[in-house]
Amino acid sequence: MSERTVELEVLRYNPETDGEPHFQRYSVTCREEWVVLDALNHIKETVDPTLSYRWSCHMAVCGSCGMMIDGEPKLACKTFLRDYPGVIRVEPLAHFPVERDLVTVIDDFIAKLTRVKPYLIPKEEKPVAAGEYRQTPAQLKRYKQFTLCINCMLCYAACPEYGIIPKFLGPAAISLAHRWNQDSRDGGRAQRQEEIAATEGVWECSFTGACSEVCPEHVDPAAALQQVKIKSTVDWYLAHTMPWLNK
Amino acid sequence: MAEQVTRKPYVREVPRMLWFLRHPRYMRYMAREFSCLFIGAYTLMLVVGLKRLAEGPDAWAGFLAALGSPGAIVFHLFALAFSAYHSITWFRLTPKAMPVQIGDTFVADRVISGAHYAGWALVSLVVLWLAGAF
Ligand code: SF4
Ligand code: FES
Repeated sequence: MSERTVELEVLRYNPETDGEPHFQRYSVTCREEWVVLDALNHIKETVDPTLSYRWSCHMAVCGSCGMMIDGEPKLACKTFLRDYPGVIRVEPLAHFPVERDLVTVIDDFIAKLTRVKPYLIPKEEKPVAAGEYRQTPAQLKRYKQFTLCINCMLCYAACPEYGIIPKFLGPAAISLAHRWNQDSRDGGRAQRQEEIAATEGVWECSFTGACSEVCPEHVDPAAALQQVKIKSTVDWYLAHTMPWLNK
Repeated sequence: MAEQVTRKPYVREVPRMLWFLRHPRYMRYMAREFSCLFIGAYTLMLVVGLKRLAEGPDAWAGFLAALGSPGAIVFHLFALAFSAYHSITWFRLTPKAMPVQIGDTFVADRVISGAHYAGWALVSLVVLWLAGAF
């Protein structure tokens, strides 16, 4: 089993004692198959128990270990140390306030997620006895890719627009709204449009495409946002040229 | 009652002006956006040409002569390069914006961007035909 020593430069911030964050160096003897999260766990267990960060699944499904690794938004549990030859810089996710060390304040994202109603709003309510809401494989395929989001917020850390205009609803929230809008069983599009077709919704997006480049689940949020733009534009033209279609 | 927790989240500022220098992918994005300035400049030049045409044969001949100057040729080369870059980068993105689903499968990306290239070629041919090139 090959081992090697890796240098990590981790951003530290203790709200009780620090005025601003600073970097701290750690040397870790790591194994070939270790990811950045393994190194952080090793530091916490053997060197410095005060180091704070979030994680849970260690298998890229919970979405809680997002951080900046050498300036790039990454899941710490999916980023192998062996892919980084030099000192590895580990910082909290960009564009979010730092709570402590690598832990960020994510209230903004959670609030936005809530606003887009990312759940099934049935077209027609029916009693449980009436059975399931059924769907064909083709209808599932229409939105499947957008269900893969694990709410890791890497796309927000990559999005320059969100960095400059924090009111922007952002890639994941809009993609999830789109996911439900594309669902044949759902009837909630009009409610979600209030949020996503607004200025601070999809029109804040300038299609840099950074979100899709960093998304660990290949959701392709940039694609979802452009599709929402096109659909909202069609809505606008229909409403203004064929008003009789408005119910 | 829960123990009082002091919170003092630290906000790391991002540069507002030169933000695109932070990452190569932001610079690629700016290059795509910047390329449209040349398309705009070219359009303005066409408008000037129309104006000269309306002013009579002498003005028009002067405009044509100006187009042959080295500066104008260099500008044309730049405009061509940048508008090609602009169109190619956008056409590459079209499959994201307009996926076409037939039954259980999505039409391949290259078919969708290919259709845009075909449309581009067709429009160019029509323009050349209108201009009497054939
Ligand atoms: S869209 Fe991708 S990057 Fe954004 S939160 Fe979802 S999984 Fe993470
Ligand atoms: S620990 Fe769950 S995604 Fe990394």
